[in-house]
Amino acid sequence: MIEAQQLTKRYGEKTAVDGLDFTVKPGTVTGFLGPNGAGKSTTMRMVVGLDAPTSGTVRVNGRRYAEHAAPLQEVGALLEAKSIHPGRSAFNHLMALAHTHGIPRRRVDEVIGLTGLESVAKKRAGAFSLGMGQRLGIAAALLGDPATVMLDEPVNGLDPEGVLWIRNLLTGLAAEGRTVFVSSHLMSEVALVADHLIVVGRGRLLADTTVQELVRQADGDQVTVASADPARLRELLTGPGVEITGQAGSEELLVTGVTARQIGTVAAEHGIALYELATRAVSLEEAFMDLTRDAVEYHGSTTTTDTPRSAA
Amino acid sequence: MSTVAPSQPAAPAAERPARPAYKVTGTRVLRAEWAKMWSLRSTWITVGLGLFFLVAFGLIAAYQFKSRLTSGRPMDRGDFANANALTLSLFGTHFAQLALGVLGVLIAAGEYSTGMIRSTLAAVPRRLPVLWSKALVYGLVALVLATVGVFVAFLAGSGIVSGTRAAMTLSDAGVVRGLLGAGLYLGLVGVIGVALGMLLRSVAGGISVLVATLMLVPGLVSLLPTTWQSHISPYLPSNAGEAMFALHHDSTTLSPGAGLAVFVLWTVAAVAGAAVRLVRSDA
Repeated sequence: MIEAQQLTKRYGEKTAVDGLDFTVKPGTVTGFLGPNGAGKSTTMRMVVGLDAPTSGTVRVNGRRYAEHAAPLQEVGALLEAKSIHPGRSAFNHLMALAHTHGIPRRRVDEVIGLTGLESVAKKRAGAFSLGMGQRLGIAAALLGDPATVMLDEPVNGLDPEGVLWIRNLLTGLAAEGRTVFVSSHLMSEVALVADHLIVVGRGRLLADTTVQELVRQADGDQVTVASADPARLRELLTGPGVEITGQAGSEELLVTGVTARQIGTVAAEHGIALYELATRAVSLEEAFMDLTRDAVEYHGSTTTTDTPRSAA
Repeated sequence: MSTVAPSQPAAPAAERPARPAYKVTGTRVLRAEWAKMWSLRSTWITVGLGLFFLVAFGLIAAYQFKSRLTSGRPMDRGDFANANALTLSLFGTHFAQLALGVLGVLIAAGEYSTGMIRSTLAAVPRRLPVLWSKALVYGLVALVLATVGVFVAFLAGSGIVSGTRAAMTLSDAGVVRGLLGAGLYLGLVGVIGVALGMLLRSVAGGISVLVATLMLVPGLVSLLPTTWQSHISPYLPSNAGEAMFALHHDSTTLSPGAGLAVFVLWTVAAVAGAAVRLVRSDA
């Protein structure tokens, strides 16, 4: 359980995290989404006390992280930047962390096995590939058998096999009743594992919702319809909550707010021939983009593909 | 709410059976810092170098002294003119202090330059035990190794110069005190290294300040008016430290006890600065 209240972090003039309120509950995977620079990593660093909030609080399992007798047993964290000494072997790195809590060597061997690091455990961590380094970070996060697992961009730089492994790991941890909090800037990735979503942009909370709710809140599905008499069809479909766009001279209309089924029925009733009727589902990625469009820190003008939908 | 087995009290799902009770304690943090220190190759290399400097340069100085004496060459150089077995065998201290101080900086600032500090402070979020443990573990290691080193250097060096006017044995007044003082000095230099590393969070910065404090500042003070010098110079870390293991003391130097007190004060100041930064600043 992670509870943030009015959590704020300023670096001089720049506000990285701006009055965040959210709760991450046990038993589910909560995705922490936002574009680059939205304050995700800063928030996570504040959860484990690496950064002190400028104002507001964040509590873990009812207390500040530092107030726990065995912090690694409360939160296991994988932070975005590498948090290892490259000259130390994976085993020695984990053993050093284990010593601080009196965690037995048996548990160190266990997490090495769990993350598939057996063959490289005695090698210098500096020689690890990105994927191996990520696995070592996760081994460290799981070391204390924590009630809350917090991972910052865990799939960054992983091969497909590694990505799949992380997904199964996260859902497995949540199924065991743990709190799982995982950040990403990729909606598609989070949507596969997360039930709950916390979306931030420029340090502000944009949404605290579920995956399904987010899609529903987005514009909804869009229907493309090509017909013999677009002008007439347009008149027939017009109503509250319905939005229709189409170019003059074109037989194609783009409709939101009405299902393809309804459009087909209306057309049949009025004897309008349909040439094409297709539903295009709004992807999570688009829903996410809609939500964060104003909050994206660095706009790349060439990558902004304008969909033919008119803005609501 | 359908309870299939009403005989069992509804246990919350989050409560897994037999969760071990881990706890962070001071001793455990010490144990962790000890393990961290010896699991890096740089520790073994630097400690080895430090001991090598300490013993080898002491022996070379003693050997040089003897060969000049027997060949009858004049010894007008300051190092050798008033040399005795103790000063000769402690010749390596100046070099060993660099190696041991640098290792102290590496142990602390190395965590920041690599990112290891995030793991360290996530495990010990109260932070200060990390500083105390690093300073204590490494200070003791440096103290013990340096003390062994200076005794070895003296026993071998005094053997070389025995029978000359520099000859001394452990039973001579002030010798054991001087050797223990040198070991203690090097141990405290190690602690200062750790403190500078934690304070500056940069290996290069820590080493620069260390070298400047121990080797450059005494030279710069000689630029000051002489009346100021006599008030400042004895209290500089390097000079106060030297008073801890010098055999002869005059009006321009502190007594061994006062030297120790002043040098400990410098060490405490450095550690206090490191503690404030560690607690106040984001990692």
